[in-house]
Amino acid sequence: MNYSYYPGCSLEASAKGYDESVKYVFSELGHELIEIDDWNCCGATYYMATKETISLVISARNLAIAEKQGMDIIAPCSSCYTILYKTNHILKNNRILREKVNQALRKVGLEYNLNVEVRHPLEVLVNDVGIETIASKAKISLGGLKIAQYYGCQIVRPERGLDDKDDPQMMDNLCKALGAENVYFPMKTQCCGGMLMTTYPDVGLGLNKKLLECAKENSADIIITTCPLCQINLEAYQNKINKKFETDFKIPVLFFTQIVGHALGGSPRELGLNRSLIPFEPEKISREVQR
Amino acid sequence: MTKGKADQILPGILNEKERELRNSFLLQVKNIPGGKSIKKCIQCGTCTATCPVSYTMDITPREIIALFRAKEIDTILSSRTIWICASCYACTVRCPQGVKVTDIIYTLKRLAIENEIFPKKFPVYALSNSFVWLVNHLGLSYEPGLLVAYCLRTNPFKLLGMVPLFLKLAKKGRIGFFPRKIKNKKNFSKILKEAEIVENIIPMHES
Repeated sequence: MNYSYYPGCSLEASAKGYDESVKYVFSELGHELIEIDDWNCCGATYYMATKETISLVISARNLAIAEKQGMDIIAPCSSCYTILYKTNHILKNNRILREKVNQALRKVGLEYNLNVEVRHPLEVLVNDVGIETIASKAKISLGGLKIAQYYGCQIVRPERGLDDKDDPQMMDNLCKALGAENVYFPMKTQCCGGMLMTTYPDVGLGLNKKLLECAKENSADIIITTCPLCQINLEAYQNKINKKFETDFKIPVLFFTQIVGHALGGSPRELGLNRSLIPFEPEKISREVQR
Repeated sequence: MTKGKADQILPGILNEKERELRNSFLLQVKNIPGGKSIKKCIQCGTCTATCPVSYTMDITPREIIALFRAKEIDTILSSRTIWICASCYACTVRCPQGVKVTDIIYTLKRLAIENEIFPKKFPVYALSNSFVWLVNHLGLSYEPGLLVAYCLRTNPFKLLGMVPLFLKLAKKGRIGFFPRKIKNKKNFSKILKEAEIVENIIPMHES
């Protein structure tokens, strides 16, 4: 099956490895991702916080173009996913806002008629492709690699019925099927603070310290996540956290598709693993067995 | 706004500013799917208990609704609470009454911005503003540009502290040195311009 692909701004820069690994995993599993032609920024939470109609219009431009391409959207960034999903939801439920949005889009010959679903690659892999299919195509067993699955706050909330909103299982099941050992990680949906790391660093550092602590205490080798902002907060600020709280965290933080891709036999370069600030060295951590 | 008759506190009568804010808030809340559930709040405090950052707020999420009922929107808007909310939706999913707390906070943020009720160098507003400015110009976000614009609006010296991380990310190819624009910037601007016009049309009620 083919999907419209919405990479989002982060996946072009700080989360390049996410982009590379999503593409690798989908092509390895025989699905094509077709980038939305000339997509624009989804508006993120900031635009939502500033102007209502304009933020919906910006985000709906992407939906309208994807509708022309005739396929559902896959948006890997948790924030893009939430914003595009929310826009779709609001437009489906509010006739007047829909009319306002379309009035703006019509200026350039676009129109959105609610025929697109916004989906997250994790959910597509689990529901459309199927965990068993993925496991059967794996070339490497994760060999008991201890993983803390960090979902972050956006993809399971607000209620979409995709998975449990406090204790989601999609990533857990996927990793288990690929041979990993899932550690107890009760903070899997606790917020990392998002941009609070920039605006109120003390609050942001504290939230991330708790997450790292929880992963470490439960002896996780690595943390995997679905969100570029969670990834950068947890990975790039470990030094600062160590300094501030006198801790010694050094936990690789990867995108879930990098670990799935690793099991499917992708090379570090194909999966963007060479971009990690804290290197993931499976040979050192895990007891890997070739199949 | 000059202090007139309407500003005097009389039982059962709102001052002019409060009435305007209140009407504008209620109008926007109606646009949220399920927004009307705000009426059902039972003040149980589950939202506050769930919130990962409520300990740093000056008024708690529960108090937001209490203050709204007490006709104190002005107090809510000038609080730092609405800006600390990281939009994690924990309150929304746990609320036993289905109150859309996160979306209500979004509405309050917009209201505060529209009415300019906050300190000018307030970090979150500065960040939002820089972001909107970038997206309007590029059609895309650009992380280094966002941080530079943000620091210039708040504290330029903060930029120095960001240099080491910037270099580390650059070494791994995780930062673009030049911002990219969307191809059809002209069309994008046209849409924005029209959106600005429709934004200002007062929404009619959904029948």
